[in-house]
Amino acid sequence: MSAVRRRRAIALAVARKDLSIEWNSRVLVNQVAPFASIIMVMFAFALDNDGILQRVAPGLVWLATMFSMLVVIQRTFAVESADGALDALRVAGIDPGSIFVGKSMALAVQLFALEALLVAMAVVLYGVEMSVLGLCEAIVTMVVATIGLACVGTLYGGLAAGARGRETLLPLLLLPVVAPVLIGATRATEAAFGSAGTAVSEGWPWIGLLAVFAVLFGAVGTVAFGPLIDE
Amino acid sequence: MASSTGTPATRRLGVVVIAMLATLAMCGLWFSSEDVVQGSTVRIMYVHVPSIWTAYIAFGVTALCSAVYLTGKNRSLAWDRVAGASGEIGVLFVAVSLVTGSMWGRLTWGTYWVWDARLTSTAFLFITYIGYLAVRRLGGTHRQRARRSSVLALLAVLEIPLVHFSVVVWRSLHQEATVANPNAKVELDGLMLFSLFLGLFAFTLLFVWLVLHRQRTLMLEDAFADRGLDAAIVARHKEAEASS
Repeated sequence: MSAVRRRRAIALAVARKDLSIEWNSRVLVNQVAPFASIIMVMFAFALDNDGILQRVAPGLVWLATMFSMLVVIQRTFAVESADGALDALRVAGIDPGSIFVGKSMALAVQLFALEALLVAMAVVLYGVEMSVLGLCEAIVTMVVATIGLACVGTLYGGLAAGARGRETLLPLLLLPVVAPVLIGATRATEAAFGSAGTAVSEGWPWIGLLAVFAVLFGAVGTVAFGPLIDE
Repeated sequence: MASSTGTPATRRLGVVVIAMLATLAMCGLWFSSEDVVQGSTVRIMYVHVPSIWTAYIAFGVTALCSAVYLTGKNRSLAWDRVAGASGEIGVLFVAVSLVTGSMWGRLTWGTYWVWDARLTSTAFLFITYIGYLAVRRLGGTHRQRARRSSVLALLAVLEIPLVHFSVVVWRSLHQEATVANPNAKVELDGLMLFSLFLGLFAFTLLFVWLVLHRQRTLMLEDAFADRGLDAAIVARHKEAEASS
C-alpha cells in the first residue's frame, strides 16, 4: 500500500472511531445540541426587539456554533486523553498528521450537523427567510467554515489535551484564532439570509476568506499536530 | 551557577536605561511644546508609540527564538527561555499601549475605544499572547513546555496577520471613526520628534535589559525545579536504604 493510501486509511479509521464513539454515547445529540438550542433561545431573551433578531441572526448562529464547538472539542479530546488513548496511537507508530486529519474529519461532521440545526432554529425562531440561491450559499458557507473550524479546533484541542485546567485554557487559545471565521462566516451568512438588505452575491468573497483559512490551518495542522501532542 | 540575575554589564545597561527614561520624561513632560491641535495630550504619544514598538519587537523575538529552538540541532532551552521572557515583556508593553492609547482616545476622540482595525488587532494580539503565557505554565517537563510554546508562538505568527486582514476587511464595510480622523497628517517640531525617537530608543534598551534579567530568572527557576527533583530522588533512595 502506498504511503498516501495508508495515511488516508488511517485518517478514515480515526474518523470512524470518533464518530462511532459519538454514535454510541450520543453526547452530541443529548447534550451539545440542547446546549446550542438553549443559547439560541437565550439570545432571543437578551435581544428581543423589533426585527433585531432577524438582522443579527447570522452572527448569533455562528456565535452559538463556536460556543458549542468548545464543548465538542473538549469531548473529542477527553476521549483521547482518558486511558492514554492518544499515547497508545503514537506508540503504535501512527503518523500524527493522519490522526489530525481523521479527528478533524470527525469533528467537521459533528459541527456541520450542529450548524444545520442552528440555521434551522434561526429560520423557525428568528423568522429568517431564505431564497433557494441563499440556501445554496448558506450550505457552501457552512461546509467551508466547518472545515476551517474543525482543523483549528483539532490543533488547539490537541495542545490543551491532557493538561490540567484545559477546560479554561481552550476558549482562551481558540476564540482569538477563529475570529476570522466568525467575521467571514457571519458576513457570508448575512448575504445568504438577506439580512439588512444584503444581496446574495456579496457573500462569495467572504467564502473565499473562509477557504483560505481552511486551507492554511489544514496544512499547518497536519505538520504541527505531531510536535504538539508528542509528550 | 549564578546566584543573581545581574552582571556588571547589565548594571551599566540599567543605569543607561534609567538615565534615558528620566531624560525622556523631562523632554516629554516639560521641554517639548504642546501640539497645536491636541494640546498636552500629545505627550501620551511619547509613551504610547514606544511601548507598541517594543511589543512588536518582543513578539518578533519570541517567534524568532521559538523557530530557532524548533529547528536548531541541540534544542537549547536557552532559546525557549528568551522566547518566554520576551513574550511576557511583550504582553506588558501591549497592555501599556492599550491603556495609554485609550486614554489618548478619550481625550482626543472623546471615546476610550473605537472599532478601528488597528485597535481591534492589537486587542487580539494581547489576548493571543496571554494564551501563550498560559500555555507556558501548563506544567510538565521543560522540554514539553518549550515544544508546546514554540509551536504556539509560530502559530501566532500565522494567526495575527490573518486576524488583522479579516478585521481590516470587516471595518472597510463599516463607517470610519467619525470623532476624529486618526490618520490626519501631524507635523512634528524638532524637540517633539527628538522625544519620540528618544522614547523608541530608550524603550528598546529597556526591553533588552528586562529580557536579560527575566531569562536569567527563568533559568534559575528551571534549575531550582530540576534540583528539587534530584533532591527528592536522593531522599527517597536514602529512605529505601534505611528501611531495607
